[in-house]
Amino acid sequence: MVRLNASWLALPLIGFVVVTLVVPIFSLAKLSVYDATVADALPKTTAALRSWTGPELPDANTYAVVAAELIELQENRELGRVASRVNRIASGMRSTISKTPRRFRRSEEERADLALIAIDEKWGKPQIWYAFKQATQAFSSRNFLQAIDMRIAPDGSIERAPEYQRVYVSLFLRTLLVAVAVTLLCLIIGYPMAYAMANSSPLWTRFLLVLVLIPFWTSLLVRTTSWIVLLQQQGVINDILVFVGLIPDDERLTLVHNMTGTLIAMTQVLLPFMILPLYSVMATIPRNLSLAASSLGANPFQSFIRVYLPNSLPGVAAGGLLVFILSIGYYITPALVGGSQGQLISNLIAYHLQSSLNWGLAAALSVLLLLGVFVLYVIYDRLIGIDRMKLG
Amino acid sequence: MNGSWTKSLAWLVTLSTSYLFAQESVTVVSFGGSYAKACIEGYHKAFEAETGIKINLEDYNGELAQLRAQVEAGAVTWDVVDAEGPQLVLACDEGLLEPIDMLNLPPSPDGVPAEDDYPPGTLTECGVGGLYYATIVAYHPEVFPASEPSKIEDFFDIDSFPGRRAVHRNPQAVLEIALMGDGVDPSDVYDALRSEAGVQRAFASLARIKDQIVWWEAGAQPPQMLADREVSMAIAWNGRIFNAQMLEDQPFKIMWDGRVVDTGSLVIVADAPNLANARKFVEFASRAESQAGVASHIAYAPVRYSGFNLVGNHAVTGKPMKPHLPTNPDHGGRSLTFDVEFWVDNRDELVERFTSWLSR
Repeated sequence: MVRLNASWLALPLIGFVVVTLVVPIFSLAKLSVYDATVADALPKTTAALRSWTGPELPDANTYAVVAAELIELQENRELGRVASRVNRIASGMRSTISKTPRRFRRSEEERADLALIAIDEKWGKPQIWYAFKQATQAFSSRNFLQAIDMRIAPDGSIERAPEYQRVYVSLFLRTLLVAVAVTLLCLIIGYPMAYAMANSSPLWTRFLLVLVLIPFWTSLLVRTTSWIVLLQQQGVINDILVFVGLIPDDERLTLVHNMTGTLIAMTQVLLPFMILPLYSVMATIPRNLSLAASSLGANPFQSFIRVYLPNSLPGVAAGGLLVFILSIGYYITPALVGGSQGQLISNLIAYHLQSSLNWGLAAALSVLLLLGVFVLYVIYDRLIGIDRMKLG
Repeated sequence: MNGSWTKSLAWLVTLSTSYLFAQESVTVVSFGGSYAKACIEGYHKAFEAETGIKINLEDYNGELAQLRAQVEAGAVTWDVVDAEGPQLVLACDEGLLEPIDMLNLPPSPDGVPAEDDYPPGTLTECGVGGLYYATIVAYHPEVFPASEPSKIEDFFDIDSFPGRRAVHRNPQAVLEIALMGDGVDPSDVYDALRSEAGVQRAFASLARIKDQIVWWEAGAQPPQMLADREVSMAIAWNGRIFNAQMLEDQPFKIMWDGRVVDTGSLVIVADAPNLANARKFVEFASRAESQAGVASHIAYAPVRYSGFNLVGNHAVTGKPMKPHLPTNPDHGGRSLTFDVEFWVDNRDELVERFTSWLSR
């Protein structure tokens, strides 16, 4: 009974999580498969195209319905919204749709098909009508297909996008690769650092802790810019290497504006998220465990591998998960220091969210990213066991 | 005693009047930095003095998500937004902006009606053109002691003009420059880009220098790369290069040949909370004097014909501004006007294609 009462105290937090996380994620998921803008704005066209399957052009009556509805939309200033939706499926259709009601004369209604084709020859192409029909379908998998570089062919089958247009799958893979590499680098650098913090005098521990925390107090952009100053070809590190004669002046190393720069800058930015959970777990490992191992005949290596490492694994698990998930969503640092390889999947999500306003595709990409992280989380749980994870 | 009583009364009155005046305000959202400073000095202060309407200036980075969220949630806090290129047209299409036909734009100082004082294409359904800026090629003259680059083809000629090149990681304006650098006449650029062969030609032109390109993301990067000699030439925005020349005494030079000129506009948000003030603000900002005022602080040219003639000297250094404006006819060379309609139609596809090309 006491337990039940206590759990009520978590209600505000649960409510908060539902409102700020669960609801947005579901509306996001809905956005990725449902967009009724065109169907609502063009009900008669939607109905007329439902029975049309091609490959020949729709009949003259359908053309007349389209023209009439587009004119009505223009009068209500709603044409642009429809035009931009169709444009996402067939590039260039925005201007075709925008100019059609302006140039169409009521007297041409009898042969609306000829009139529309005269306004823009695109109206005479079956593949444009397939795109138009797709846009009238409120429920659609096209955003998810586009997010994995596929598309719906005119005959309704699913095909791969042309090679020059394939971009999202390789960005997902690159994002995953960068996240794994950064996590491993953080672990390699962070583990000895956390060990040193956990096993030195209190004064040293405090000093090292400040060193870890200082980067937290500096703005992300300042840190990123500093890396550019350090790493560029005419930068500090190359200058030193040339000065001490390790490399000739005309063969300076390319350390930034490529993948190397991305990995260096992201590892430095995310390192504290690895060190802090590692340290807090290591600080609780009793020192006499290692002493006991030695007294039972283990050499230092054995005692580390068989006693210390297993005890520190919960910290490795927590730090690894934190760094991995943070690096999956990272994009400002890679964009600035990554050169031609500097774009990750989040850059494209941000583009579709903020520039192209194609929230459906942004949502589909986000849902796939979320699912990917979830799958990795399950694998991770099987391998390490999430209940063993400790943040401190 | 009496004195302090009057003082507190005066304080109270000030407080309450400032509260009243706070009601009369307009929220203007713009790009921040040196551009925002130029607007404040150029005409915001004059607007506040003349109308008594207080300007709340907010920064944004040109992205539309917040605007769309405000309008769709029915909780609009922005009134006027500085917008550019395809963003403006997209927002207008989405119904996020008020049409500008309700505005009463002022005539030029010598009485030319507004519609004859704006170049074609600068007054759109939802946007009032304010300034011109250009994407240009800048270079460090000390890197080329023998002969300096003079034409856009030189940017793509690594043999004659060695050194790395800074290029914006964005197809907009870059594909155009790539085509001009391959010898396409500015008047044919967008016809070419509307065809598959033209797009391939633009990418092929970029591919010739791909291994020498340092890609940049933020407008502050190219002047920095030039200053650090990371690159010998850079595709950059003329305002940023101007600031480096004027305020940091950098010896950079702008090669005006092959420039791409784009328009920045003011728009009014749909259902703006201070609609009447927003209209007054945009009308004031559209005066030739306001546009020329901005151009005395930063190298963005007034859109209005009459505004260009009013431009004088730089407010900080006192040097004449006209030679630095992207629309100055004395620049000569080839100039291309950025085609917003083309990019609204094709941007998504070309951004995907560009990103895919970069990874290869």
